[in-house]
Amino acid sequence: MIVDAQKALADLTEISSQIQAAVVFDSKGKVVGSTLAEPSRADALAKSAAELLATAEQIEAARSPLTQVEVATAEGSVFVVRDEQATIAATTGSNATVGLVFYDLKSALRSLKPKPAGRKPATRKTTAAAKKTTPKKAPARKRTPRKKPDAP
Amino acid sequence: MRRSVAAILGIVGGLLAGAAFIRRRAVKRERADLYFADGSMLSLTNGSPGADRLLPKAREILRQVQAP
Repeated sequence: MIVDAQKALADLTEISSQIQAAVVFDSKGKVVGSTLAEPSRADALAKSAAELLATAEQIEAARSPLTQVEVATAEGSVFVVRDEQATIAATTGSNATVGLVFYDLKSALRSLKPKPAGRKPATRKTTAAAKKTTPKKAPARKRTPRKKPDAP
Repeated sequence: MRRSVAAILGIVGGLLAGAAFIRRRAVKRERADLYFADGSMLSLTNGSPGADRLLPKAREILRQVQAP
């Protein structure tokens, strides 16, 4: 998932020029991907974003679960989007296109989800007895001379 | 003489009014939008009790990120 998160963030920053920094972290707060070079700064950003989300939840605790937060200040905006598995937090400059940033963040979060486990191809059970046996040779075909249809 | 003084006062007054307008707009734009799973949204503008808790945290995050 770490590699996936880094790739998702690389794609995100490539697509959205508005995003300055972004971090992905799991439900325990562990950073799984970040655009920041220093891990300590990524950890700090994840921790602050989790605190922001917790504070926002406290404000309207009675409502249904909080999924997205955008806090716009004069210096810039902070976006946080979360789903069942992970949370993504990003910062932008002021006057960011809110809908577009949320869309890009949700797309990045969706790309982290593990693909649904499909049916595995059936594999043959190999037993010790089966391993020991040598494959049977196909019976040798008798060579019969071909008759030409117009032969007498 | 009086004209020039009046003109200078007018320019200074205009600059102050413009600066105040820009500052007010910038402050007014500060807000926190909360989106819930059921599709509802709550917008907290600057000055409301909820926004007063969220805006300082957001400023702190931005400071962390923008720090060299």
